[in-house]
Amino acid sequence: MTESEEQGVDGLRVRVFVIGREYKVPQGLTIMKAMEYAGYQFIRGAGCRGGFCGACGTVYRLENDYKLKFGLACQTTVEDGMYLAVLPFTPAEKAIYDIEKLHPSKTVLLEYYPEIAKCVSCNTCSKACPQELKVMDFVQAALKGDIEKVAHLSFDCIQCGLCAMRCPVGIVPYHIAQLARRLYARYISKPSPIVLLRIKELKEGKFDSEFEKLLSMKLEELKQLYEKVEMEE
Amino acid sequence: MVSTHKYPEAMQKSIELVKETRTKRQGVEPKKMSLEEREEILKKFHPDYKEGVKRPVLIGSNKDDLMSNEVADLLESEPLINVEDIDLSRIDYDVDILLIGGGGAGIIASLWAHYSGIDLENILLVTKLRLGDSNSKMSQGGIQAAVTPDDSPAIHYIDAIGGGHFTNKPEIVETLVKNAPEIIAWHEKLGVIYDKHEDGTFLLNPGGGTSKDRLLSCKDYTGLEIVRVIMDEFRNTEIPFLEFTSAVELLMDEEGKAAGAILYDMETKEYFVARSKATILATGGFGRLHIQDFPTTNHYGATADGLVLAYRAGAKLRDLDAVQYHPTGSAYPEQIVGLLCTEKLRGMGAQPVNKNGELFVHPLEPRDVESAVLLRECYEKGNGLETPTGMIGLWLDIPMIDILNGVGTIEERFSAMFIKYKRFDIDITEDPVLVFPTIHYQNGGVEINKQTETNVPGLFAAGEVTGGVHGKNRLMGNSILDYNVFGKIAGINASEYAKKIKIGKLTLDHVKNWKKTMEGEGITTRRKAPMLLPEYRGEKTLSRLKEYL
Repeated sequence: MTESEEQGVDGLRVRVFVIGREYKVPQGLTIMKAMEYAGYQFIRGAGCRGGFCGACGTVYRLENDYKLKFGLACQTTVEDGMYLAVLPFTPAEKAIYDIEKLHPSKTVLLEYYPEIAKCVSCNTCSKACPQELKVMDFVQAALKGDIEKVAHLSFDCIQCGLCAMRCPVGIVPYHIAQLARRLYARYISKPSPIVLLRIKELKEGKFDSEFEKLLSMKLEELKQLYEKVEMEE
Repeated sequence: MVSTHKYPEAMQKSIELVKETRTKRQGVEPKKMSLEEREEILKKFHPDYKEGVKRPVLIGSNKDDLMSNEVADLLESEPLINVEDIDLSRIDYDVDILLIGGGGAGIIASLWAHYSGIDLENILLVTKLRLGDSNSKMSQGGIQAAVTPDDSPAIHYIDAIGGGHFTNKPEIVETLVKNAPEIIAWHEKLGVIYDKHEDGTFLLNPGGGTSKDRLLSCKDYTGLEIVRVIMDEFRNTEIPFLEFTSAVELLMDEEGKAAGAILYDMETKEYFVARSKATILATGGFGRLHIQDFPTTNHYGATADGLVLAYRAGAKLRDLDAVQYHPTGSAYPEQIVGLLCTEKLRGMGAQPVNKNGELFVHPLEPRDVESAVLLRECYEKGNGLETPTGMIGLWLDIPMIDILNGVGTIEERFSAMFIKYKRFDIDITEDPVLVFPTIHYQNGGVEINKQTETNVPGLFAAGEVTGGVHGKNRLMGNSILDYNVFGKIAGINASEYAKKIKIGKLTLDHVKNWKKTMEGEGITTRRKAPMLLPEYRGEKTLSRLKEYL
């Protein structure tokens, strides 16, 4: 395929089937832009449009292929013969907790999400993940109570919910991972002592006289000070 | 690796030049510009200074002030609602605190309203898309906080004021920088995972225009990590909220106090009356107005709705003549044009390089200056590279980060960037990426004081919708800090205010008067605002800015 064909600049079109209806759109567009090109205006199913928010989880299938595939509408390029539907909502349950009252024990994830124990290691969750995370691995780590491993493996999660929609036993990996990450940061990783020190200094008014001077400074004086500070770097 | 990447032949030649000059460029940094040099290049090449791109707004509290044409047009629009169709005697929601906007500022303000003693049933957050979907979530590079012994809030203040070209509102910059450490401590308590050394100390980086290494980060998902955690806290707190519900006008009472809003269900298209003792505006910025047809890094909902609502209610705006163009938006491939390549890349060693492989600017000038130099390199010097779809761009040589910091650094600390390009078969540990300035931030907005009060009693504002704290140019890492600091203050102060006041008879007279003033000034238009959603149907969805000059 030549460059211009890839980009669709010479008018080459592909067929996409949006919720079953056929449209011809220029090659090289994302699913999101292809739907807009076809005349859709998103209310649900569009968010940051940059792969960060997980609002546009999409299920699709290619013509003459029986397999369902998964991706983000804003990050996946349309292909000819693509049948697709953007998910408007993922009705997965999230546990309610007070992080201050939890302990990072080996069983805390299981207490709030007991269905973790039902994992059959089918890896369907990982295959659905548009971030290519090792979802099954962190679900298994959650089962073993390894909070740090869950936090580490799930860090890039954008919470699109596709893993939960695919799990045959109803596990909600993305919510479990959220709890694990908060537990890790709150109770397992070391806090930074310097922040508390700086807060104490601020409360004691250590910088107050400096700010008094800065706020009453003439513009020319302030500009000179700025150039001096920038040069010191 | 060479065989896997997907750059077209025509771009390959230039990539080879970039690779050839890497050793020569390693450790080399052009000098930073003086204030005079910066001023000169801004005037010549920054899009804000182009002729004909700004005009005086014709009506309202900022009458005659210069604003970007697109902003002035939006403000001079007809309301979406017919005042006569709205029955103000039927109150659908009656609360103490109404929060408009479900990004960082709105969520944080709602949490602090609750911490300040407002009962859950007296809080309502409305957001026109999903909870948390916002620019807040998309920010990548980091948050500024002067926490180390060799840094101080005073130096943070000087950097922010100088970066804003001395146009910032000083007392709110003071509030911003002095509250930064408290915010970081709060995040640590909530369970935000910051990048740290083994011993718990932060990994810190410089940003454009920071004189110290002051940026804390969560890989290149800083905004995502913070918003995930505050959303989780919000849901655990069970604060009432309505998604896919936008505010289309503010409500006032007969004494001229803000008193809630008219809500609009985006799906059922019904209107609702929400009466509130205090109203917090947290609607975010304006990237999706595509000022001067530039692409944007912004969220789908960044249509400046809050500016329109506040302005009709008499709020004073400021600095809306200044648009922040982020120097490094993606320019290739077509699918991701305009999306952000975080400044943290340059903070850790990535260099802007032209089509001949030459480094032509200090990588960490303030954003507006850096963007202006990139535009000069493309258009005056002719050293930009054209893509097959007619975009033009310069290289950001990301692999330099691994050369300077060790192999594996890019994948470890920039996993968002890594996967963004991997999806298009580009390996950023081997090849540079093509970039071009892109609209990133609404520098100005609704004017607030240290208490986040606007000049309209009962109307508070926080986050990107506000103006003053960044002046005419924001530094990297001060926006996450902004929505945290002022979101918190708005939540606390709006609660104190709500405990003291009573709302009188509701009115939409300000909307009626707005229409009359439009007529009086002879403004006839079919434009309606707030915009709510950008228009991308049909050809409009295709990439913008094929020609800038």
